Amino acid sequence: MIKSKQSVSRIISYIFLIVLAYVMVYPLLWMVGASFKSNQEIFGTLGLLPKQPVFGAFGAGWAGTGQYGFSTFLYNTFLMVIPTVLFTVLSATLVGYGFARFDFPLKKVLFVTMLATMMLPATVIIIPRYIFFKRLGWLDTYLPFIVPAMLGCFPFFNFMMVQFFRGLPLEIDESGKLDGCNSFVILKDLLLPLCKSAIFSVIVFQFVWTWNDFMNVLIYISSVAKYPVALGLRMTMDISTEFDWNQIMAMSVISILPPVILFFAAQKYFVEGIATTGMKN
Amino acid sequence: MLARKRYTYIGYLYILPWIIGFLVLQLAPLINSFWYSFTNFQLLGDPKFLGLDNYKKIFTNDPTFLQSLKVTSYYVLIAVPLKLGFALLIAIILNQNIKGINFFRTLYYIPSILGGSVAISVLWKYLFMNQGIVNNLLSVVGIPATDWLGEPRYALGTISLVTVWQFGSSMLLFLAGLKQIPVSQYEAARIDGAGRLRIFAQITIPELSPIILFNLIMQMINAFQDFTSAFVITQGGPLKSTYLYGLMLYDQGFKFFKMGYSSALSWILFVIILFFTSLTFRSSESWVHYGDSL
Repeated sequence: MIKSKQSVSRIISYIFLIVLAYVMVYPLLWMVGASFKSNQEIFGTLGLLPKQPVFGAFGAGWAGTGQYGFSTFLYNTFLMVIPTVLFTVLSATLVGYGFARFDFPLKKVLFVTMLATMMLPATVIIIPRYIFFKRLGWLDTYLPFIVPAMLGCFPFFNFMMVQFFRGLPLEIDESGKLDGCNSFVILKDLLLPLCKSAIFSVIVFQFVWTWNDFMNVLIYISSVAKYPVALGLRMTMDISTEFDWNQIMAMSVISILPPVILFFAAQKYFVEGIATTGMKN
Repeated sequence: MLARKRYTYIGYLYILPWIIGFLVLQLAPLINSFWYSFTNFQLLGDPKFLGLDNYKKIFTNDPTFLQSLKVTSYYVLIAVPLKLGFALLIAIILNQNIKGINFFRTLYYIPSILGGSVAISVLWKYLFMNQGIVNNLLSVVGIPATDWLGEPRYALGTISLVTVWQFGSSMLLFLAGLKQIPVSQYEAARIDGAGRLRIFAQITIPELSPIILFNLIMQMINAFQDFTSAFVITQGGPLKSTYLYGLMLYDQGFKFFKMGYSSALSWILFVIILFFTSLTFRSSESWVHYGDSL
């Protein structure tokens, strides 16, 4: 009796999870389908699959209507995102190692300060930062994204690395010291190989955030030649007519592919990274 | 133990990037924006000190501010609890030895990777347009077409859906927390004859409370500053019904270049966020439980 009651609730759980999964993914499937539909079909039918697939939308959208095609926007995004991610990994690793493995005066105060800045709303400092970067002549370049990454201005990632290093046994460091390694060699040769999952988490998070960032690119990047996809896509949407719907859907699909591909490629490490560095306080 | 206490100053070298970044790109801007908020700074020319004029104008003579504050409060009140409640519910369902947990977990997480992007905002606009797919689907079950984005009553809810749709990231943290609750605790409760609801209220919630607190605070801080979806989908309209605080800050600072006024607005937001964060922390003493497993 109890057994069958349990299995009934189990079946209800599965049905719920499957229906929810469908509702969650439906918009994305619709978007992919729409990019292969003719413009008449996009809103006329309910089916996800196009009745008469049209393949022109990708080509036309890619070429763009103005002076710059979508390939330019995509290239620009990589130009902005890749250095930002690499420098974030580098700075977060160094800062995390510093806080996790060394004792120095004021360490506690500095660490608490860093945690506090996690809660500092970005909108409060956005205007002075803008003015500062303007004075340096960095407007309309990707430096406002890359330099903060170099300087560890993403406390969330620093904190993640601190937590991860704390989870690694101190004996590793001590054996390194006995072998006469200096602290940097210990980090580079002994600890770093163990940090894969944490580093992948940093890469995925930062890649996705920078890739999707809209407010900052809107403020800092002004010339169309330097637009990343976020701005390119919005511009295309603004100047489009109802005859370009499938092109915009096609470009939207392309613009979300890199983060999705990266997520699936790194997923194994990524989920592990969240679980281990997790929010263990 | 005492030997450990010897300081290793090389630690400073490792955290040096952050120290510079903190001083130059966080602390200095924070002080500057506080100073700007008392001036008429407009990007060109030198700022002139105005005293409390900006603040006075905001509170007594700026209907847009009140409207935006109202919209933002509704938004935070709708989107954050819904998102976290949903994330918790799904995490609990997924945690009962569900087969294919990896599949569901991945699927539910995907919107969190995409949610903040312009592509999703564009998609949302198409889904909820008058002739969009949502109205088409609803008409099948006989619900008349609704102007989801054009009617002030519905627009904010439609925007909030983008946020709730991204519950996967919070769900992942809840799941990681649920996995750490020792099975023995559940078994002991079951032997004592506790029902599902009691187990949920007396074991699951207290054990998860630190993660609930963390999620609540981070989601709240983010929601108060949300920007992209409202900016792309509705541009704050119709009738400023989706004019989130972030949009107002952007308009004042980067459209009208009233940097001083916008700084004052941003400090008010800062104080509001600070107030709710500390209120949450304060209250957490009574509901957050720090067990030894955490």
